Amino acid sequence: MDPNSQFPIPNSRQLDYTLRLADGALILGHRLGEWCGHGPILEQDIALTNTALDHLGRARSLYQYAAEQFNQMPADAKKNVFTSVSIQNIINTGASLDEDDLAYLRDGWDFRNELLLEQPNIDWAYTVARAFFYDAFNYFFFSALEKSKDESLAAIAEKSLKEVTYHLRWSSEWVVRLGDGTDESHARMQQAVNELWMYTGELFAMNDTDTAMVSEGIGVDLPAIKPLWTARIRAVLDEATINIPAEAWMQKGGREGRHSEHLGYILAELQFMQRAYPGMEW
Amino acid sequence: MAALDKEQVYEWLSSVTDPEVPALTILDLGIVRNVTIKGTGNEAEVTVSITPTYSGCPAMDVISIGVRMALMSRSIRKVNIELQLSPAWTTDWMTDEGKQKLKAYGIAPPHRKAFQPLGLFEEDNVTCPRCGSEETELVSQFGPTSCKALYKCLSCKEPFEHFKCH
Repeated sequence: MDPNSQFPIPNSRQLDYTLRLADGALILGHRLGEWCGHGPILEQDIALTNTALDHLGRARSLYQYAAEQFNQMPADAKKNVFTSVSIQNIINTGASLDEDDLAYLRDGWDFRNELLLEQPNIDWAYTVARAFFYDAFNYFFFSALEKSKDESLAAIAEKSLKEVTYHLRWSSEWVVRLGDGTDESHARMQQAVNELWMYTGELFAMNDTDTAMVSEGIGVDLPAIKPLWTARIRAVLDEATINIPAEAWMQKGGREGRHSEHLGYILAELQFMQRAYPGMEW
Repeated sequence: MAALDKEQVYEWLSSVTDPEVPALTILDLGIVRNVTIKGTGNEAEVTVSITPTYSGCPAMDVISIGVRMALMSRSIRKVNIELQLSPAWTTDWMTDEGKQKLKAYGIAPPHRKAFQPLGLFEEDNVTCPRCGSEETELVSQFGPTSCKALYKCLSCKEPFEHFKCH
């Protein structure tokens, strides 16, 4: 590996990969959790918070694994992984990191989640469309990650796949219900699909980390699962009488820490307690 | 003290119940995956592997404490609890006795093998745990805990919970 690249340290790409999966789960889990107490009916309020809990549970497993990988790195290498001040302060003391440090003490540029997941809830149609695009991705992604050579990631994938399967069922049913519903619900569903479409390309874009992980038999070959995803999206949108947007410019950057302005607001809320009262527990 | 055997440990664990569904012990649920014992007498060290039902199941922390308490109250000083994710938990591991207990508690137990998934828009057929009618209707796939769905019976008109096949 090129010693001058961003990732000169053994296993740092694996950490980057694990953190991306963890961050995606945390950020979408938080977004869905924002619906708590605001759902249109009680059953759907509960559906979203149940789903949010699955995402947060997966985030915890992944952050615990990421912390384990980080703590095994040589001391001088640890200083080059993050640039957020709060987490650097802990690393500089020589203390090891845990799942909470990773979730609460990194700034936005150290988060690797895809841009789709941080987009705001806006209305029920946007919430459903965002979940649908990601649930379908997760379904095929975890089906492939189950065969990873990394046993920890494979175990998390196996566990998550069972949950993602019913997430996808829920979001697919809602896409159809809204799309094939009233004129108003159809128009809103179509608009949400149109507006969020430009964030779907990033899910399948391979960066250097993906390439390295695929070559080591750890990561998932994203272009290989894209046709499966497209077929599933097409089938549900057809059923929902929603048009698939034409190929367009796709936004990306989240996996490299270049985020939309929305992430900062999420972190301001999510991290507030640990930032204001460092180390607090309850 | 006699040498500690696994059977004894399993018997102790049978007093630990699921805080969300107190009718079930953790053995009924099938979440205890392994028990290992090192040493004997006061030096015995017991490791219990448990697996979460769902990734975010908040009951896991309470269950871990319950396991620790159950063993420490029997003078086991060294208790380790390991969380095992693979193979992923399935309702197929729930014991028949556990399913009977669930039904008696008013919760419709899982009724089909989880490895036979439903089609995209296919619905489950769930029997009412109160009157035994098959005329039931899904209210929501999501209930008060991750593991349960909400149903209502069209015959006796009562709402009930169904422990989902997972």
